[in-house]
Amino acid sequence: MVEIKTADQLNKKYLREGMWPTIFCNGCGHGTVLEYTLWAIEELGWDMDKTVFTSGIGCSSRLPGYINADGLHTTHGRAIAFATGIKAANPDLNIIVFTGDGDCAGIGGNHFIHAARRNIDMTVIMINNFIYGMTGGQLAPTAPLNSIATTAPYGNIEPPFDICNLAKALGANYVARWTVNHPYQPIKSVKDALAKKGFSLVEFLAPCPTAYGRRNRLGDIKKHWEWYDNNTILIEDYERIINYGSEKEKEEVKNMFPIGVFQDLEKPGFFEQYEKLVDRLMIKKNKKPVKKETVISR
Amino acid sequence: MIEIREDWCKGCDVCIDRCPVDALEKSDILNKRGVRPPKLKKINKCNYCRLCELLCPDMAITVIAEDKKEEVNKKLLRPVGGRK
Repeated sequence: MVEIKTADQLNKKYLREGMWPTIFCNGCGHGTVLEYTLWAIEELGWDMDKTVFTSGIGCSSRLPGYINADGLHTTHGRAIAFATGIKAANPDLNIIVFTGDGDCAGIGGNHFIHAARRNIDMTVIMINNFIYGMTGGQLAPTAPLNSIATTAPYGNIEPPFDICNLAKALGANYVARWTVNHPYQPIKSVKDALAKKGFSLVEFLAPCPTAYGRRNRLGDIKKHWEWYDNNTILIEDYERIINYGSEKEKEEVKNMFPIGVFQDLEKPGFFEQYEKLVDRLMIKKNKKPVKKETVISR
Repeated sequence: MIEIREDWCKGCDVCIDRCPVDALEKSDILNKRGVRPPKLKKINKCNYCRLCELLCPDMAITVIAEDKKEEVNKKLLRPVGGRK
């Protein structure tokens, strides 16, 4: 196997050439997230014949179409439900779910909650751009307060949905949030999430200059990408400031997005527990032959 | 060296804006979308950090590191004096 070192070699190995270039707008972060995921898969050395990409509806959900692997493009918000079905039918497959903020937190919120609660073995890569970009800029449940959308022309008054803290509270095995601006930390984080058994979530804050940046007057592409540098803070620093910082520092970080690894656990996943259950019941059913065997062996 | 798939470039200029050593600029040619893809400046300090390659949303950039060995002036390391 040839070792892959450049993006050109990566593209030739993983992408469907005929589909490119992507349909994403100028300055969109979705392609970057796809690239980070492919680098992580390359570092793990996964077999693409045993990997399934699942997605719902939205900009982010077009990503599996560009990858030369099996993909499933499902109904709005139901990507995680379909992924659970694939994993139940064939536990040998690796499941990666690409989903957006409207798809995962808004319409498929309940599927997300229960997949995280049951700790089903899959990796959810949620690309959060604060808005329903593909359908024309409607308000998403993750949009910050006072942000403007076509369905909220005078500013958003609903408090946003913090999906990472929700997953943390539900006991998901791996929860992380990153922006697309810094490449190396997310690649390592996606790699950890893919290698982890059980439910793992990586949330990406991705710029959407067309639907979100333009309405909220965040400036051109350069300024919009910089906005993510200036409005995020590492979770370790954030917690330190919230616990021990002065009032001024607390006021500064109040509206920032903490990024980093939120949770890293080693709990058994749903399918491991299910296998154990089947083994226990089989032993109970065949209790007598098992005892006989032990007698013979002595 | 830097290779660019000009047809894939959408002209977002993220590579130019975020290059830490400011080694990229817009080229003079137009691609079929009507945008100017980036190119390396004639005099640049590119150190092959591959940030543009990783950040490019359209995977259009490939950085190929050149094995350029700078000649080190070792005059000072020569032993001076002593027995001849």
